[in-house]
Amino acid sequence: MDIRSRNNVVVAGRHGAPVLMLAHGFGCDQNLWRLVAPALAEEFQVVLFDYVGSGRSDLSAWNEDRYGSLDGYAQDVLDICEELDLRDVVFVGHSVSSMVGVLAATREPGRFGGLVLLVPSPRYIDDGDYRGGFSTADIDELLESLEDNYLGWSAAMAPVIMGNPERPELGEELAGAFCRTDPAIARVFARATFLSDSRADLPAVRTPTLIVECDQDVIAPREVGAYTHAAIPGSRLVTLRATGHCPQLSAPEATAAVIADFARA
Amino acid sequence: MQRSRPTDAAFAALLEDSAEDLYENAPCGYLSTLLDGRIAKINQTLLGWLGHERAQVVGRMSFSDLLTVGGRMYHETHFAPLLRMQGEVGGIALEMRTASGERLPVLVTSTVRTASDGAPLLIRTTVFDARDRRAYERELLRARQDAERDRERLQNVVATLQRSLLPPSLPRVPGLEAVAHYHTASPDNLGGDFYDLFPLGDGRWCFFLGDVCGKGPEAAAVTSLTRYTLRAAALHDPGPESMLRSLDTVLRDGQAAHPAPRYCTLIVGTLTPDEDGFAVTLAAGGHPPALLLGADGGARHLDTTGGMLVGVIPSPVFVTVEARLRPGDTLLLYTDGAIEARPGPDRERFGQDALLSFAAELAPAPAPAVVEAVVALLEGFGAGLDDDTAVLALGVPRASPGDGTPV
Repeated sequence: MDIRSRNNVVVAGRHGAPVLMLAHGFGCDQNLWRLVAPALAEEFQVVLFDYVGSGRSDLSAWNEDRYGSLDGYAQDVLDICEELDLRDVVFVGHSVSSMVGVLAATREPGRFGGLVLLVPSPRYIDDGDYRGGFSTADIDELLESLEDNYLGWSAAMAPVIMGNPERPELGEELAGAFCRTDPAIARVFARATFLSDSRADLPAVRTPTLIVECDQDVIAPREVGAYTHAAIPGSRLVTLRATGHCPQLSAPEATAAVIADFARA
Repeated sequence: MQRSRPTDAAFAALLEDSAEDLYENAPCGYLSTLLDGRIAKINQTLLGWLGHERAQVVGRMSFSDLLTVGGRMYHETHFAPLLRMQGEVGGIALEMRTASGERLPVLVTSTVRTASDGAPLLIRTTVFDARDRRAYERELLRARQDAERDRERLQNVVATLQRSLLPPSLPRVPGLEAVAHYHTASPDNLGGDFYDLFPLGDGRWCFFLGDVCGKGPEAAAVTSLTRYTLRAAALHDPGPESMLRSLDTVLRDGQAAHPAPRYCTLIVGTLTPDEDGFAVTLAAGGHPPALLLGADGGARHLDTTGGMLVGVIPSPVFVTVEARLRPGDTLLLYTDGAIEARPGPDRERFGQDALLSFAAELAPAPAPAVVEAVVALLEGFGAGLDDDTAVLALGVPRASPGDGTPV
């Protein structure tokens, strides 16, 4: 199968420059990077993609078995690296994708020159002394929320993109696909995300790692950032003055700057 | 002007509410938040629904604090990113948590208010009480899930029943290769096509292939009746034409009790082994002619024109034809789905002649290759093929090089 179309791979920026691979998390697709990708593409070669099941990926390649655990998503990342013959990749994973990056980098360390974990959480559910911020009942409630938006999903989740004066065709093109999710697939991704426990994988990371957290984030609170920082040997932690779980949207300049600083080093 | 004054006054009295009052006591919740989510303004309606005091909320809580945890996660992973990127998000179902801990289903719409230079300033949100609507939506969802389950169950029943109308596998006939294929047009409905191949006990074999009028459970019942009648008739008098007559009598006998007509088109044949192949006797009623793909590379119809529908016409005529199957020959029976298909943009019928040409291209070919090619042809018809189609190919393999005996 053609990996590029399967994962809707988009390569932008300077050919031959160091490679940044930007991986979206649960809830949207590569569009989530649109406020930071152009700035990063001035200096780096930027690889964007959609996980199978998200965005404009090939849904016929999706199956519950593979994408029911984070391993399947890590395999998508490794497939793309192999297809594009990428080396020394700086992998930037948002939210659950940060743990996908951890999995990929421990499986094939030779591919990766660095890991940027953007608002990571190795486990969302509280466990003994560990504070992930959520209970199992909370996760069930989220799955219920997904169900509740089932009927309105196709209409509500694929609205027209506003304002692309320089590329009017973009709005139309994206309207059908933007953050579009098949509810059955979203449910599987949600479970894979929020029921995952990647804590045991963290100490095995040998790739230089930057952890980026927001000072107010209900999904990945600061103690989770501190935990991740302590568990990955030699990692660095940066706290952005930003609110919410998507600093690439709420604080795009600062986010692009910390990614670029790390990738340059 | 004079006359309209009292009306104006009445309206003015009725409308004696300020913009302030409209905002505070609107029939929906209003909320303004800063970009970091902190609540800057909230109306009395929403405060009332939630059971909060204004002082507890404004400047102290953020929008996501008002949501259930599940709603908060949904907000952070879906709602907020979409709002950031699009400037507005509408009609999203979320749940709020009231001061007393109850869950309040709501529908939320937000827009970002921007400054003249396009920079986002704050987020305006309207909140609608969606308890009734969500209960209704849940009913719809449940009805849909029920319907999906029922459909799955129906498809299982149909598939099981359909299988019961066909032989589970064709018997091994010495010196003959027999291959069949059944194309199901719809997983939701039973087709009326059928075929069979069975021994007559004296070294001879009987086969038939036909198409019962109609679809669904009634057609399936007639199919079942037809199969068992033919099998029983074969024991009694295994001549193809007399089998057709027996079936015709049975179908017409029962006709009075059934409002819908019960009839079929059918080819029945017998195979009698001879020195290097089989003598074939075929009788047909109302059915498209069988094709003989010769070892010499030619193909021809075994003409049974004039045979009438079985089960509907008083004193019907059936037509019998004789042929021989020698090594390398293949006999192909099919139902009309194959020739009535309308492939291509002009929706032109594929037709009997086109199938003959197709067979001529194919010949000579052993039975498995013939069925494989026909299956590919049917698949190629795509949406142009909307009927069930049965195919049965009977071929005598060529002698293996050297030993001179059929394999």
